[in-house]
Amino acid sequence: MTVNEQVAKDHGLKKDEFTKICELLKRTPNITELGIFSAMWNEHCSYKSSRLHLKKLPTKGKQVIQGPGENAGVVDIGDNDAIVFKIESHNHPSFIEPYQGAATGVGGIMRDVFTMGARPIANLNSIHFGSPQHKKTKNLLRGVVHGIGGYGNCMGVPTIAGQTSFDSSYNGNILVNAMTLGLVKKDKIFYSKAAGLNKPVIYVGSKTGRDGIHGASMASASFDEKIEEKKPTVQVGDPFTEKLLLEACLELMAGDSIIAIQDMGAAGLTSSSIEMASKGNLGIEINLNKVPCREANMTPYEIMLSESQERMLIILENGKEEKAKKIFDKWNLDFAVIGKTTKTKKIELYFDNKQVADIPVNTLVENSPMYDRKWKKAKLPKKIKIKKEDLKNLKIIDVLKKVLSNPNVCSKEWIWQQYDHTVMGDTIQKPGGDSGVVRVHGSKKAVAASVDSSAVYCWAHPSTGGKQVVCESFRNLISVGAKPIAITNCLNFGSPEHEESMGEFVECVQGISEAAEYLKFPVVSGNVSFYNQTKDEGIKPTPSIGGVGLIKDYSKMITMDFKEVDNIVLVIGKTEGHIDQSLFARNILDEKNGPPPEINLFNEKNNGETLLKLIDACYIKSAHDVSIGGIITAVAKMCINGSKGINLKKPKFLINEIEYFFGEDQGRYIIEITRKDLKKVTDMLNKNAVHFDELGVVNENQLYINDKTKVTIDELKTSNKSWLTNYMSK
Amino acid sequence: MKSSVITFPGSNCDRDMDVALKKFGFKNKMVWHDDAELPKSDLVVLPGGFSYGDYLRCGSMASKSKIMKSVINFANSGGMVMGICNGFQILVESGLVPGVLLRNKYLEFICKNVFLKINNKKNTYFKNINNDVLEFHIAHNEGNYFCTKDQLKEIEDNEQIAINYCNKEGKIENQFNPNGSIKNIAGIFNKEKNVLGMMPHPERMIDPYLSGEDGSLFFNNLINNIK
Repeated sequence: MTVNEQVAKDHGLKKDEFTKICELLKRTPNITELGIFSAMWNEHCSYKSSRLHLKKLPTKGKQVIQGPGENAGVVDIGDNDAIVFKIESHNHPSFIEPYQGAATGVGGIMRDVFTMGARPIANLNSIHFGSPQHKKTKNLLRGVVHGIGGYGNCMGVPTIAGQTSFDSSYNGNILVNAMTLGLVKKDKIFYSKAAGLNKPVIYVGSKTGRDGIHGASMASASFDEKIEEKKPTVQVGDPFTEKLLLEACLELMAGDSIIAIQDMGAAGLTSSSIEMASKGNLGIEINLNKVPCREANMTPYEIMLSESQERMLIILENGKEEKAKKIFDKWNLDFAVIGKTTKTKKIELYFDNKQVADIPVNTLVENSPMYDRKWKKAKLPKKIKIKKEDLKNLKIIDVLKKVLSNPNVCSKEWIWQQYDHTVMGDTIQKPGGDSGVVRVHGSKKAVAASVDSSAVYCWAHPSTGGKQVVCESFRNLISVGAKPIAITNCLNFGSPEHEESMGEFVECVQGISEAAEYLKFPVVSGNVSFYNQTKDEGIKPTPSIGGVGLIKDYSKMITMDFKEVDNIVLVIGKTEGHIDQSLFARNILDEKNGPPPEINLFNEKNNGETLLKLIDACYIKSAHDVSIGGIITAVAKMCINGSKGINLKKPKFLINEIEYFFGEDQGRYIIEITRKDLKKVTDMLNKNAVHFDELGVVNENQLYINDKTKVTIDELKTSNKSWLTNYMSK
Repeated sequence: MKSSVITFPGSNCDRDMDVALKKFGFKNKMVWHDDAELPKSDLVVLPGGFSYGDYLRCGSMASKSKIMKSVINFANSGGMVMGICNGFQILVESGLVPGVLLRNKYLEFICKNVFLKINNKKNTYFKNINNDVLEFHIAHNEGNYFCTKDQLKEIEDNEQIAINYCNKEGKIENQFNPNGSIKNIAGIFNKEKNVLGMMPHPERMIDPYLSGEDGSLFFNNLINNIK
């Protein structure tokens, strides 16, 4: 095939990009080479629209061992233990083929983690669907949940937390973000940097097939009506092979044979070989006839661009081939020496004794395009005006029931009961809490993790929204008694070629940076997913933040269920009754305008750290952060989880009852303490200048408001637990 | 007391079982599926997971693996063999216990705590347990126990039903059946009661910080009974 501008365009390369390739090579690339360029230069692999802005993210910290740039981030949790973690998107494939798209998303992120030598110990996910009324939503949700479960359950890694939301902006582009945490010894971390000349390059895992060709390019474009044609670009997962690959890799890693290791994810053999060569400032030579193939007559082009799953590329020490092969034989996996490292700093590919590609590595990596895209600054929307009489007619209990059964608030038990969340025997906080918690096997330590996003806030005002998501993650970790360590982010946006979407991206990143910097909560890994767009309709900006924290002594872990009748309940943090962009305003008043709640980073940090002190002193019986739905929703969930009631009293100051209970001011937590500790706790809050209100007293099984209105907890439980199950069984 | 846990390719509760057995005093060995001989054991456990990816049929390929010949001989000579979850599926496929395990009635994987009524205490597994109801954890996609009418009659006549899904009070009713199993069956014995297959995972309930502690009760009792 002759390569020209049109062929390049079909590969997603713009005219000027094609010209640049020809200049760099000083000739026209052949079709295999063009395929390689298109794979490396697409948005998904090159971060060409985002790189410039991602540089602003704070990535360093006392506990950070490895920041962005490797397969995953690594943080120190003491005693020579480290946690490897990352979140990644698999949005486009999951919309086209929900089961396989989601399954391979989970498989891919686990590979990123065990490539570094870590055994995966927890999975999380953040999944976003269109309006429940949209005709595709139910099937997509079912397919994605089955896919996530199908892969994670088979791997024997517990899925401990997640987030699910519904919003019509995802009607044409769902989001599936998968996160994995792994545990590794600090002195046994593996990296992808090649080193040494004439070292054998080894291919292990599944055979290469024709699946997933151009998957990364597909994920770098918007959808149109021809989306069904893209099905072949979705990979097919085999969790059984991945389980074998995990065990085989960890067995090999126990020795000292490996110089570098990299999983074959997006853009398969192309990106894995090039990344290793680039990091090591070396060349790599590969004989493509040696690559184990599933199908006959695969071309070099297909072999290089296949995204077949469950494959790894390893650079071994010389002479260790036999020993390594034995391990992979034991696990019934392919093992092939396919090439060697060279000093040429080029990727040289051979097939049938002919050279089929010859590309300097730096042209693919350092010289890849980087764009300073135009972007539009968002204005802070004006506050909405609520007519007091609109509120007067509302019955607070009716509103509460509506909020609790709202698709974005209701219990997601239907989802997480399909995920094995207890395998490995260390899950001490299951899904449904503020964070999932797993013990560090055989120690007193535990790791907490949560994944959050607030697309509505980000849409209303991106920089505030960006800040808010980081704070929410911080709060979710603190609520279970964990000290926040670091985050990973999955940045889901529309087309970077649209000034508004690009602006949302830039400002969300600014917000994330500001909050992460202030809270000393650095970003250690992540990915960017642009083009979540169908024709001209993009999604609401949805950065997902995966937070990780440490509980030094898991006997001090906190859960959100109310524990004992007669205990006192306080709300920490100031309540101003911010109603704009609240769940209440959007769903009950049908008012979609206005600014999101403001973020005060000083209060955020101070409130959180003070709560951690109270937890450490063992004063806190239960805790829960206040998020969408406000105080009363948070309290109701604590009642439901603990099968206890509460006598709620609104403090006497000038905020309307509805605004007080449903407002979404930030930096707040609900805590339960015993009567005898009340004075000590309030003294400590006062001493640290933390605002608090007394909310009420825990009772047997009723929720009272100001001694008047009441509702049984069973009734609230029904509102909260039935929506999703009913929806899915219809 | 010596125990052996078999690791098949795709087993994923083998470590959890190892941890549990050791915690309650067993000297446990991990045994590779491709080995021919079982080490000397008082108890052999087939753990949960997805042996051979559950391809073909859950447990069917594992039931043909090399070590299973020794396991079958060991069971036939009266040795204690316990299969949990995927291990139960392997026992069924190898013919050590009767019946089959179908896909869950609602076609979904289920992971949650369940209550189990102990149906028969005249055996080494449940003898001396004071409780009539235990709370264990299930995590499976194919736990819907089924057998023919004739088989069911035989199983009942021989008192081979070990545990049934029930509520906290021990009531065995359809609404407490998580997966559609015939007669709410969660676990069964072979005729001689030395082989036990069950879907629930006692090894996930051995610590107050996990889902519960009824697994501790089970293992403590088990090792005392074997002694």
